[in-house]
Amino acid sequence: MFFVNEIKKSLLISCWFIFLTFPIMVIRINPYEEIVDYRWNNLILVGVGSFILSLVGRAVQRRREKIGQNDTDQTAGSTFRIATKMYVPLVALSVLVICCFPFVFSTYQTNIMTTALIYVVLGLGLNIVVGLAGLLDLGYVAFYAVGAYSYALLNYHFGLGFWTVLPIGAGLGALFGILLGFPVLRLRGDYLAIVTLGFGEIIRLILENWNDFSFGPSGIANIPRPSFFGMEMSLQAATIYIYFLMVGLAVFTVFVVNRLQHSRIGRAWIALREDEIACQAMGIDKTKTKLTAFALGATWAGMMGVVFAAKTTFINPASFTFLESAIILSIVVLGGMGSILGVIIAAFILILLPEYLRAFSDYRMLLFGATMVMMMVFRPQGLVAPRRRCYQFRKTDDPAAGIK
Amino acid sequence: MEYFLELFLGGMTRGSIYALIALGYTMVYGIIGLINFAHGEIYMIGAFTALITASVLTIFGLNPFAILVLAGLAAVVYSSAYGFTIEKVAYKPLRNAPRLSPLISAIGMSIFLQNYVLLAQTSDFMPFPNLIPEFAFMEPWAHIIGSSEIVILAVTAVAMVLLTLLIKFTRIGKAMRATAQDRKMAMLVGVNINRVISVTFIIGSSLAAIGGLLIASHIGQINFYIGFIAGIKAFTAAVLGGIGSIPGAVLGSFVLGWTESFATGYISSDYEDVFAFSLLVLILIFRPAGILGRSESKKV
Amino acid sequence: MKITLNLVLSAIAVVFALSGPVNAGETIKIGFAGSLSGDLASYGLPALNGVKLAVEEINANGGILGRTVEILAEDDVCKPEIATNTATKLVSNGVHVVVGHICSGATKASLGIYKAANVIVMSPSATNPALTQSGDYPIFYRTIASDDAQARSEVDFAVNVLKLKKIAVIHDKGDYGKGLAEYAENFITKSGRAEVVLFEGVTPGAVDYSAVVQKIRRKKADGVIFGGYHPEASKIVMQMRKKRMKIFFISDDGVKDETFIKVARKYAEGVYATGPRDVSKNPLAVSVTEKYKKSFGKEIGVFSLNAYSAAQALLNGIARAGTTDYVAVSKALKNEYVETPLGRISFDERGDAIGVGFSMYQVQNGEYVEL
Repeated sequence: MFFVNEIKKSLLISCWFIFLTFPIMVIRINPYEEIVDYRWNNLILVGVGSFILSLVGRAVQRRREKIGQNDTDQTAGSTFRIATKMYVPLVALSVLVICCFPFVFSTYQTNIMTTALIYVVLGLGLNIVVGLAGLLDLGYVAFYAVGAYSYALLNYHFGLGFWTVLPIGAGLGALFGILLGFPVLRLRGDYLAIVTLGFGEIIRLILENWNDFSFGPSGIANIPRPSFFGMEMSLQAATIYIYFLMVGLAVFTVFVVNRLQHSRIGRAWIALREDEIACQAMGIDKTKTKLTAFALGATWAGMMGVVFAAKTTFINPASFTFLESAIILSIVVLGGMGSILGVIIAAFILILLPEYLRAFSDYRMLLFGATMVMMMVFRPQGLVAPRRRCYQFRKTDDPAAGIK
Repeated sequence: MEYFLELFLGGMTRGSIYALIALGYTMVYGIIGLINFAHGEIYMIGAFTALITASVLTIFGLNPFAILVLAGLAAVVYSSAYGFTIEKVAYKPLRNAPRLSPLISAIGMSIFLQNYVLLAQTSDFMPFPNLIPEFAFMEPWAHIIGSSEIVILAVTAVAMVLLTLLIKFTRIGKAMRATAQDRKMAMLVGVNINRVISVTFIIGSSLAAIGGLLIASHIGQINFYIGFIAGIKAFTAAVLGGIGSIPGAVLGSFVLGWTESFATGYISSDYEDVFAFSLLVLILIFRPAGILGRSESKKV
Repeated sequence: MKITLNLVLSAIAVVFALSGPVNAGETIKIGFAGSLSGDLASYGLPALNGVKLAVEEINANGGILGRTVEILAEDDVCKPEIATNTATKLVSNGVHVVVGHICSGATKASLGIYKAANVIVMSPSATNPALTQSGDYPIFYRTIASDDAQARSEVDFAVNVLKLKKIAVIHDKGDYGKGLAEYAENFITKSGRAEVVLFEGVTPGAVDYSAVVQKIRRKKADGVIFGGYHPEASKIVMQMRKKRMKIFFISDDGVKDETFIKVARKYAEGVYATGPRDVSKNPLAVSVTEKYKKSFGKEIGVFSLNAYSAAQALLNGIARAGTTDYVAVSKALKNEYVETPLGRISFDERGDAIGVGFSMYQVQNGEYVEL
């Protein structure tokens, strides 16, 4: 009886989806020759597909509810918690994998992995602004562009090398972070979001239109790869070199962000995120705290911009669109705001997923979008829900606790 | 002076389209506090449904006026259906989730819908039939304002009036205002929140569909990507006016339309969008809650 | 210490590079890189099909140098940052030559990688002048004329044939459109017989272009040269005609597309556009077009013939050189003529095709007619 009811409901849903997708999935018009194509098999596909999906979805939901009744405490969030004794072998294993990766897999795979690592750092940087300080930033890509262009232009005009520009790019990123931070200090929540979005667009549009400065939409080519004491490197060697450089930078970022998170300023950010007024009442300087969040977040983006320019050897404004900001933001939210491990996992998923979905070629962006929705629906708190750190006085302090 | 008038009217046409989309953003935001990034895609789906309906009907040989009405109706029905379904699938399960999760879900939905239309239809631009005839009596002014611009302005005005009446004087309008003010309180006094949210999505989507139909007919072509660009602009307009405020969305849209039009006309269209966004930043610096938004002072 | 590390790195890399492609050394691998998905897929897919036809034909005739030819196709979505991955993948899979990339930006981004690997790249569609003229990429060739040649013929036509005096130059702010517009502006000023009254970019995808159109009227331009693609062109033309402006509209091969006429309908009448020389009378082109329709069930696409010719030229180069060695093949490309659907072509020192050029077309009665 119960089962029949379920099937009825699912049938209803599948009818609804057939109705919904009818004009777009079934009818295809050729407006040039005034021919209308009816693709009825798509109708059946949608009907059967949505029926099965809805049935499965219901079953999953039911099971979840049942489990939820039995033990409410055990949320799925605990699955990612790793027992402390597992740390050493796990870390050792990942170090081994990371070191061997470029020698086992092709240059192409290494290149992709480098891209993923760039996004790990970008995600961690944005995590400071969004995850820790709770300031929704939709224009993060602007700082990435600042970094990339500062390397390209400084190299073009003054011949500065990668290693010189890396700190300069980071510094310029921070400077722009403060520049953006000042006017928007008064704004809250979603107003802040749209202003940062606007800021990102302004930077991109200026790069696109101001030819004398940025070479306009045709971009800058022939940006040198990072040098290694002036040695010429083959493409493969250079790829591997950038890969290890990125591994180093990512580890450095994880270390710094982790330390920051538990520092005085990190705790101030979290306080700011939770309650601005209470935070002020505690004597935290709101202005300074927000500005440092913006500046420190933007620093990483500036730095990664330099690496990005050096890696692709070509940049143009089209690489710095809003979609890029949205992807980085998705990394942060998907990973679980404020969780370093989560951000790392999410960056790998979101960047590697479209690459390995290439087998589905046309469908990859469709699947990508669907995955984002599904992940949010099933794990709204992100992959790894951030844990508040508990401070407990113990006689034997666990030395590994500080390093994640 | 004539040049000024031309730019003024051009800006107003733009503003009307932005307004029709911006209302959907602002209403959804007012009620559940979510930036519905997939809203631009609803506008795109509205335009596509209208195109498909119109093409099929043209082959059946209906007269243009009937086609216009039926295509408009189909666009409104389907957009509403999509808006309704998206809310149920992607936002409702997240109602008590952390604040940013629905936003990511919305971005995912937006990517999904774009690619859905891309795959099911085409990546090419599709010519959109000119559903609005050229009025003969307009000929002397044709170089200033065309008939499709007049229709856009008129339809937008009517839609605004109807929406205001709906919100001010009907039961559901009252329920919507109550929910926007305080969702928990509204629930306590017996407002069916789920229904209110669904209705909000349906109204917002219908307006977007009308916008989609009008603009597609005006510029004569559509593809799967039109929703994204228009969506960002409309969202900017909604924030400019004060998000959550319905008159604010309309005012913000017109201000944005005029800014773009005059910036192009008197300065350069190279920096059209730079002007639009700079204006936004400037206004928000001096009025952090938008032009008509009420800045709430939080009581502790 | 660090230098030895680098040496070890490269040594290991070399070992892996050598161990990789050896087992598949039997076939000749021709890579294809271009937009196979996303909004520009309508340029990439027909080009890939063109390459497929050319390769099928050669394989049916026994391949070249006694080896069969294999296509490795990769998607770059026309994005520079993805194109470098695509190029790396092709190179690490050991391709001998590449047809691609479709978009100029993606091409520019990836050429460094091909250059480092000494792989010859021939694009059917990347028209950015700097690609060949900068001299930075000796490995790059193309079977399409570059943008400056196109801008030159547009300006010559506007100034000499139409005798325009005041020209508004409009572009879509994109790599292709803006580059073309800048060349056009430059040529007009140099000609001294006309002036540029307006040089502006429009925002692609905007809902309305009436402000720019009114501005063109205010500047009293007697003609518009537009650099960009057909969606923006048709919107501008339609708004101009609806605002009762009857001035000339001259554009580029991004507009010389059937879709433009289908979209702009009656408003398209009289619009000029440059496009690759008409090859519909060329018997080879006719047979390829027919074969294309038979194999893929669709009309032939914009760059299909260019891609077909590129594959033909590259494989011919390998056949003549008798090896896939970079130096020998490039020598053969520059010295030997090859019969293609585009005509008898060879390549000059910079890599531009000799025998490929532009003609002016006009829309007459809903069709592009070569003038």
